[in-house]
Amino acid sequence: MNKLVKAGDVVARLRDGMTIGIGGWGPRRKPMALVREILRSPLKDLTVVAYGGADVGMLCAAGKVKKLVFAFVSLDFIPLEPYFRAARQAGTLEVMEIDEGMLVLGLKAAGMRVPFIPTRTGLGTDVLRHLPEIKLVDSPYDDKQWVAMPALPLDVALLHVDRADARGVCQVKGPDLYMDDLYARAATHTYVSCDELVEPAAFEQGEEARYVFWERTQTTGVVHLPCGAHPSSCAPLYGFDVKHFKEYVASAKEAGGWAQYYERYIACGEDEYLRRVGGAEAVKKLPLPVF
Amino acid sequence: MSNMTLIDTIICAASEAWRHDGEVLATGIGIVPRLAASLAMLTCNRDLLMTDSEAWVVSEPVPVGPRGDYRIKRETHMGFARIFDNVWGGRRHAMVGPTQVDRYGQANISMVGADYRKPKVQMLGVRGFPGNSINHANSFFVPNHSTRAFVEGEVDMVASVGYNPARLARGWKLDDIDIRLIITNLCVMDFGGPGHQVRLCSLHPGVTADAVQQATGFPLHVPGEVKTTPAPTAEQLALLARLDPHGLRASALGA
Repeated sequence: MNKLVKAGDVVARLRDGMTIGIGGWGPRRKPMALVREILRSPLKDLTVVAYGGADVGMLCAAGKVKKLVFAFVSLDFIPLEPYFRAARQAGTLEVMEIDEGMLVLGLKAAGMRVPFIPTRTGLGTDVLRHLPEIKLVDSPYDDKQWVAMPALPLDVALLHVDRADARGVCQVKGPDLYMDDLYARAATHTYVSCDELVEPAAFEQGEEARYVFWERTQTTGVVHLPCGAHPSSCAPLYGFDVKHFKEYVASAKEAGGWAQYYERYIACGEDEYLRRVGGAEAVKKLPLPVF
Repeated sequence: MSNMTLIDTIICAASEAWRHDGEVLATGIGIVPRLAASLAMLTCNRDLLMTDSEAWVVSEPVPVGPRGDYRIKRETHMGFARIFDNVWGGRRHAMVGPTQVDRYGQANISMVGADYRKPKVQMLGVRGFPGNSINHANSFFVPNHSTRAFVEGEVDMVASVGYNPARLARGWKLDDIDIRLIITNLCVMDFGGPGHQVRLCSLHPGVTADAVQQATGFPLHVPGEVKTTPAPTAEQLALLARLDPHGLRASALGA
């Protein structure tokens, strides 16, 4: 089956009000080119599920997000995400704020097709007070109450990987998969952008198949988007773009700053975007972060 | 007492948090907790595990800042998914930096303000605080001991569970919660007072118990005799110089 599509095809299949999971973690391996394609579209009222970084910030800035399911939104080296922060402080965002591990369990439950997974995480906290839809349940096996973390099924998952083939076999060689496999399993449709498009034979070599973390049954479409994670990182291919993130964060301090950022980096289209951030060769030289 | 001497005193006192933990994952979020965990792993608890703050468990703590020729000593893959496996199993002791802490040890890094729907200041979100606090031991580092950090009532968003009986679910006990030390720029405290009351353990040189109480929004348990936080030893200082070769810790108290 040939699953190759263009970014525009992916966004054309999305609908207002959908629940969209975005892979990666903070400033790392985010499907930013697909996010930019959403920013160029008239889509609205999205429920976004993410370990959030600038993906969430930009979608908030553009008014695309009705509800956010999150544990944090952060650029890590810049702890606070300015546009997410502005949306929260304006009181315009509906939120489901949960623990990072609860998000793991919610995605896992969706992938397992069970309504919830019991956990102790969340007990005694305001996470439960603000989210009455998350229930405590009695256990059939002991006398304690447990948090029943509800499944978080996704209409669509958007992910970025190092390389993929047209069948939807996806490979991640960075040291951390984050929760991308769980997103792929929690979603009805999973669209994956890849830095490198390869032939199926590439996975037959050596240990290459060990870096494939979900079966192609979970991949609906593949988009070839070199540097598609920029300005987030795609280790080991490139690190995150500190300079670009600083410019993005600085834009939030200006009146009309988002409109200017949008005009310069989003409206211009993806080919011109890559030119404006220095070109593919420059992106691939971005150093990997040191923590 | 110089700023750097105070910071080193704090890091050494904080490293004591892990002394009796045995073989657990030590996580220090922020430079002071990370250096404290690193120091503990090289001195009072050599069985500790630490990560490179990215995706690997390392056999010796990684120095902070640019590494030059230093190569991390990988021992086990430890991506984020496995961090949660470890958290849920309980063999971890994290030291974190909450923005607000209350008398129960409930802590907040999510948002500040009276209206959750429209925060006065939005911060990070609850991150892993709910899971950490109900699954394993936790300690806190608060660089600016004040009534803004140690609040009078409950914290604005209870991100991590504390010793608050009103919030226990059925079948759970306060003993299921394990909050260890609070290290600040003024003192070291724990929850060893009557009924898990916050107790003053030691005062940094030149600080009085009155000054600490003044800077705290709730009553502290102050024992009859409160020791002075010990000065770093020559060995500890030498290790800190190695773990922080660029002196990044100098600005840890906001100086």
